[in-house]
Amino acid sequence: MNSKYLPLLATIVIFVLAYAVCTLQYPNILSTRVIGNLLTDNAFLGIAAVGMTFVIISGGIDLSIGSVIAFTGVFLAVVLQNTSIHPLAAFAIVLIITTAFGAVMGMIIHFLQMPPFIVTLAGMFLARGMAYVLSIDSIPINHEYYSTLTSLYYRLPGGGRLTLIGGIMLIVFAAGIFIAHRTRFGTNVYALGGGVQTAQLMGVPVARTTIQIYALSGFLAGLSGIVFSLYTSAGYSLAAVGVELDAIAAVVIGGTLLTGGAGFVAGTFIGLLIQGLIQTYITFDGTLSSWWTKILIGLLLFAFMVMQKAILFLSRLNRRYG
Amino acid sequence: MTASLKVLGFRLAPQLIALLVVLLLNFSFFPQFLDVIVQNGRLYGSIIDVLNRGAPVALLAIGMTLVIATKGIDLSVGAVIAICGAIAASSIVEGNSLAYTLALTLVIGLLCGVWNGFLVTVLNIQPIIATLVLMVAGRGIAQLVTEGAIMTFNDDGLIFLGSGSFAFLPMPVVIWLIVGLLVILLVRRTALGMLIEAVGINRRASTLSGVQTPVLLMAVYMLSGLCASIAGLIVAADIKGADANNAGLWLELDAILAVVVGGNSLLGGRFSIVGSLIGAMIIQAVNTGILLSGFPPEFNLIIKAVIIIVILVIQSPAMQSLTSFLTRRTDAGARK
Repeated sequence: MNSKYLPLLATIVIFVLAYAVCTLQYPNILSTRVIGNLLTDNAFLGIAAVGMTFVIISGGIDLSIGSVIAFTGVFLAVVLQNTSIHPLAAFAIVLIITTAFGAVMGMIIHFLQMPPFIVTLAGMFLARGMAYVLSIDSIPINHEYYSTLTSLYYRLPGGGRLTLIGGIMLIVFAAGIFIAHRTRFGTNVYALGGGVQTAQLMGVPVARTTIQIYALSGFLAGLSGIVFSLYTSAGYSLAAVGVELDAIAAVVIGGTLLTGGAGFVAGTFIGLLIQGLIQTYITFDGTLSSWWTKILIGLLLFAFMVMQKAILFLSRLNRRYG
Repeated sequence: MTASLKVLGFRLAPQLIALLVVLLLNFSFFPQFLDVIVQNGRLYGSIIDVLNRGAPVALLAIGMTLVIATKGIDLSVGAVIAICGAIAASSIVEGNSLAYTLALTLVIGLLCGVWNGFLVTVLNIQPIIATLVLMVAGRGIAQLVTEGAIMTFNDDGLIFLGSGSFAFLPMPVVIWLIVGLLVILLVRRTALGMLIEAVGINRRASTLSGVQTPVLLMAVYMLSGLCASIAGLIVAADIKGADANNAGLWLELDAILAVVVGGNSLLGGRFSIVGSLIGAMIIQAVNTGILLSGFPPEFNLIIKAVIIIVILVIQSPAMQSLTSFLTRRTDAGARK
């Protein structure tokens, strides 16, 4: 058994066990209605988390995604309210803006050799500030095309609904898995995470890959913002505060090594579902306060970090004595 | 002494100039900005307000400077503020004495630091992620302490910390000045500061040369937790209540910004606490200036972002090698 699959395996086991425990207590949790809602409610977080997975595998971090989601929502609301642009055109514009935004951050990180943490922190302030400048109010979106999009769903057996945004998330995850394992870009990302210098010596185009990674993260944050605006039918500059932390938590719980170089997009999906499950359980229970979600996620984060350390330690022992 | 002051002044020249520029800008828009009056045995005025409102960030910046000097970062300070505010409020509401409450709050702050230090030193986890755990879970814990409500209190002793005055200065200003002075004396009058810099520059090398790296790292995170708990007391005392959701929200970012504005490198190594304190004041002067100018506060974040980007560009290794390249050329030219 390859030790690189261990974190992923542990995540899956924990998820299945947790789901089983929840089902024993509330049999309805297993229904497709709940599962459909789980996918819909976490769609925007999942899409952003795919981008974050690539960034973390490459050894970086992107703190700006929450702000970019808020900016996208406000931008769409303002554009749809004040102009007669079709929503699809507005989607295209905003995706171009957020992708360029990510690319510029990637350029600063690479060419100025600054830590991604502080560069994306500046990006976080900037995107949130731009959202504030566009509007500080919560603007409703009343476009008929929006209602058409939000009413689209695929009926699952058992009465559950796979909504459009839940479906988009699944497609993004599938695409993410494909990109990570079946394209040259994906291999380059893993190589960068393993060590920039080694990657460079092997002939990985470091500059281009770094910029592409952050552009991809920006693009997915923009897409996540579109999904979020479909989900809430409004744009609000204070929305999606702290989503970057939830996304990082999903990635870590999903078994991606924070030092970069190892991890799976599929693991992030499970990490996302675990977070969603905690929230669903707390909703079902009704007596637990919602802040238990935060504490449990913090504990899970801690548990997974310790596990990662243990696995690294064990694999090093194996290498020495094996 | 005068020589070392001169060196300090030279190193901090960019920060001092920036602070002066911001203050002068404020002054040129509001001539009354620099007015200070004495009322009820306390100084009042916009400039005093900058010192007063900047107290939490200044306190956090003291601890954060040392953490960053070891090449670490402490993201949890905002959450620690919320926890400590909640602990202080609930303890005083339960009728405990002020001394007990203060001691308890500071101990809790230290324990938060021990937790972070444990993750960083013993488990060897990167500081960003290690402190992320407490950042995510901390607000939940604070909510648990206050039971989800904003907990208010009427204890005059505790309120004094936020709105009282001592020697004509508001209490928060006195506190951050004293804490800053003590920490500066501690690290600069002993070898501690140099050892911290050594750890930040090369942790492995300093361990090999006999520096007690784990102890130092633990101490630095504990100090950061302690500073955050004092800031938490001030924030809670200021609003006479503990707000687990909003107390200290995003203050960790302001504190990091203050440290960076103060001319400290995020890559660890050389640090200056005075610089960070000036950085905190620059940020607060900008905030106050934006508020006074009637500019929509929305621009606040954009201005901060622009400040970070400018500083990043100046600080970046790429830029430094460029400037050293240029100065070397002019030096060579002069020698000819």
